[in-house]
Amino acid sequence: MTDTDTAIEARGLGKRFGRRNALDACSFRLPAGRICALVGPNGAGKSTLLTLAAGLARPSGGELRVLGTTPAEARREIAYVAQDKALFPQLTVADTLRLGADLNPGRWDQEAAERIVHGDGAESALDPYAKVRGLSGGQRTRVALALALGKRPALLLLDEPVSDLDPLARHQLMGTLLAEAAEHGTTVVMSSHILGELAGACDFLLLLGGGRVRMAGPADDLTAVHRLVTGPGGAAELAPHTVIESRPHGRGQSALIRPEGPVGPGWECEEPSLEDVLLAHLRNPSAPALLAPEATVRDLAGTGVQA
Amino acid sequence: MIAYRIDRRSGVATYLQIVQQTRQALRLGLLEPGDKLPTAREVVEATAVNPNTVLKAYRELEREGLVEARRGLGTFVRRTLGPDADTGPLQAELAEWAARARKAGLGREDVAALCTAVLDSTYPEGEDR
Repeated sequence: MTDTDTAIEARGLGKRFGRRNALDACSFRLPAGRICALVGPNGAGKSTLLTLAAGLARPSGGELRVLGTTPAEARREIAYVAQDKALFPQLTVADTLRLGADLNPGRWDQEAAERIVHGDGAESALDPYAKVRGLSGGQRTRVALALALGKRPALLLLDEPVSDLDPLARHQLMGTLLAEAAEHGTTVVMSSHILGELAGACDFLLLLGGGRVRMAGPADDLTAVHRLVTGPGGAAELAPHTVIESRPHGRGQSALIRPEGPVGPGWECEEPSLEDVLLAHLRNPSAPALLAPEATVRDLAGTGVQA
Repeated sequence: MIAYRIDRRSGVATYLQIVQQTRQALRLGLLEPGDKLPTAREVVEATAVNPNTVLKAYRELEREGLVEARRGLGTFVRRTLGPDADTGPLQAELAEWAARARKAGLGREDVAALCTAVLDSTYPEGEDR
């Protein structure tokens, strides 16, 4: 079955390194055209998932489909920027882009690549004749992203893309990246620790923890099913709901919950931010997993199956 | 060109910030009928917010009849937003009430808390009209 509206689909995906399960029975679906934040604590499996999706490693179990086919077959449509931003140190910036053009005949977009390398103005522009070896970490990141975007990928996989950029460069680069993605309908997956930065840029979220999918879905849906409640009642009053995190608040209680029906009177209710939801789940690793319908893998008949 | 400024810590949804800043620009006369709003790409490049967020804001402005999308050309202002004529008497009543609250010994935060409580019961969650 060819499925053009799905960028990534994992069914029971597992990856084992020796005795350790980096990924364990992961099932989720990422619709095409989304900007997805891939978050989770260190060792959650974020980088492993990106390497599998890029076709650079094979799963130990389960199935991973990318752009309707196997990662290996989709290689031409995928751009992947690893955390260490692998580049050839002895090449100049211009040479590196030329290499990108040579390696991607017929689809290379020199203008898009140059936009990233030139940045916002003369001051931030990289010297095309500078050798990669002499560039700062942030400048190398820009060259690596220029290579990735110049490829005009359908799926862009970024591992910690902007962590070594200063705030201004990060903001500019993120803006350019999102604009390019919007123009070409590119699906973007980026892992990051900087939740705040991603919250505004991403419209889809995948939270991993201990190699498992803890939460997946459109950002709006994930915040909409949670409530921040504060009230004078005890924790027992919240029992009918799924309580993600609950803390004493004076004589009462403050909690992040998934309401199952109306919340009792006396509780002040507000919709949390995406960051509130994420932090609560990170602080409570035993919170039940949540897969929004859009993030749920579909069976062949096209109906949803809960993972 | 209108320059949106997104405050990620404000607690106000990003799309709503764009809607509110556009309305404010209309009220202040910074945008007039016929003026063009920045393209979604321009907003995304300048603010690094998700493209769908910008489109959602523009759809909301269109639904309110404030702007219209012209295919292939962009999004244009349709009408302006004057200050609503009937807010004067309401404001006077509110000022009178606030003065009474202050005389009764309520502080600024007490009054703000009261207002929030009343607003929440008058405009239930998700209703802004």
